[in-house]
Amino acid sequence: MSRRMRQWKARLMVGLLVVAVVIAVLPLILILGMLLYKGATSLNPAFFARLPVPAGETGGGVGHAIVGTLLIVGAGAAMGLPIGIGAGIYSAEFAGTRLATITRFVADVMNGTPSIVVGVFAWAWIVATQKHFSGFAGSVALAMLMIPMVMRTTEEMIKLVPNSLREAALALGYPRWRTSLLIVVRTTLPGIVTGSLLAIARVAGETAPLLFTALGSSYLVTNLNQPMAALPLVVFTYATGPYQDWHRLAWATALVLIVVVLVLSIAARLATRQRFHGS
Amino acid sequence: MVAEAPREEAPAGAPGRPEELRPRIETLALTAFYGAHPGVKDVSLQFSANHVHALIGPSGCGKSTFLRSLNRLHEHTPGTRIEGRVLLDGEDVYASGVDVRRLRRRVGMVFQRPTPFPMMSIYDNVAAGLRLDGRVPRAALDETVERALRQAALWDEVKDRLRTSAVALSGGQQQRLCIARTIAPEPEALLLDEPTASLDPQGTQRIEELLVTLKAMFTIVIVTHNMQQAARISDTTTFFYMGEMIEHGPTRQLFRAPRHERTEAYITGRFG
Repeated sequence: MSRRMRQWKARLMVGLLVVAVVIAVLPLILILGMLLYKGATSLNPAFFARLPVPAGETGGGVGHAIVGTLLIVGAGAAMGLPIGIGAGIYSAEFAGTRLATITRFVADVMNGTPSIVVGVFAWAWIVATQKHFSGFAGSVALAMLMIPMVMRTTEEMIKLVPNSLREAALALGYPRWRTSLLIVVRTTLPGIVTGSLLAIARVAGETAPLLFTALGSSYLVTNLNQPMAALPLVVFTYATGPYQDWHRLAWATALVLIVVVLVLSIAARLATRQRFHGS
Repeated sequence: MVAEAPREEAPAGAPGRPEELRPRIETLALTAFYGAHPGVKDVSLQFSANHVHALIGPSGCGKSTFLRSLNRLHEHTPGTRIEGRVLLDGEDVYASGVDVRRLRRRVGMVFQRPTPFPMMSIYDNVAAGLRLDGRVPRAALDETVERALRQAALWDEVKDRLRTSAVALSGGQQQRLCIARTIAPEPEALLLDEPTASLDPQGTQRIEELLVTLKAMFTIVIVTHNMQQAARISDTTTFFYMGEMIEHGPTRQLFRAPRHERTEAYITGRFG
């Protein structure tokens, strides 16, 4: 094969790869562009601070949904992260045990479960038994989605810790549990933080599990025991509603939601990077 | 402690033996299993105090396993088992009721690859073993950390950056840091598993010089792949082959006039 032919082929292959990259990134750019175009003009202090106005009127904001998302996701993280991280530490440190194997399998199945199934489950478990919708039920649904994600990332992070580090701690006289807690977990902390932030970012945008649990509300609710608004629910309601002004708000809310997710993802990136610069 | 008593009147340990020849670490018919396979077979050895003892032999000959049996680290590998006895100052370390944590405080260990704890500063690394027993007064901790770093010949290089990350140090510095961390709690014996295998010649030389000075304070057992290293720094050398102890003796004699054919073949480079 001639040299020109070889070079031409190499260029062709690289070109094809670049096309694939562009096609992969294009949707994200289009979505962001569309959201900015349609939503940015509606972003003003009132949008963040005010509550919805009655249907048909223009104006109003999504302050209630911002508060609702913070509370629901916050409570969900408070429940889900410790359990997920704890289970992850267990299945990494006691990898050979039967319980760890079962836990890992269950987590993998749960990771693949559609979120709407989790929503229906939370509905049957909490909403149906309490006989009312609540932000708390939404938190439980989100926690159930977070646990397997956080568990698996924690486990993978801990597995990356070289065994020699563990042995060094044992050889210093550290008991096993303290080796796990102080050396292994401390070493993997940036990774665990990253996994947690990514899990939070993932569930912050979940709509399906909240439809059956938090339900949504037009008022500013801070009591987790009552139906609550959340950003994805607002997008869902406003985008499918019949009013022009609702559509405008839905675009703006979607923009806020994606910015929140983006910020969390960037924070996760920064947390990971710290590890390579040392403490 | 009987060290204060006049030696002639109150001989410690085995009667009729001078103190310095009394074995600090002794193994009796030690066999270490991985599952059903014995990695170390029926090894009886004595390591006297304040000497450097080298363990040599080809890869997989059991010398590391033997070393890891002395501080009971071997048992952390799943499916392993020990037969025979390991005596530290005459006490069986495998006896029931032995506090493994105390044993490991008395017998420190340094590994092939430097193992600084990555999220800790240089200072915290050295203090890691000391903080195990709860809070130590700040001044005492500072003093011990400085002493350990000086003994490990690292103080001058790190004294201005004790609070910075330990992983920023060079490989050789990291290994000396690990030695400082190991000797900070003042163990009696020091086990080293190929401590210079991942270092450059300069780093290796510094560690070797360090070990020769440290034997004044500790009983040192070192596993090494490097026969020149064993010849340079050790007082006794033990040759392992296929899990068995083939020959044990003063280093000079073992290298100059090995009694076993296999030892001779190994040290002259005919196999291994």
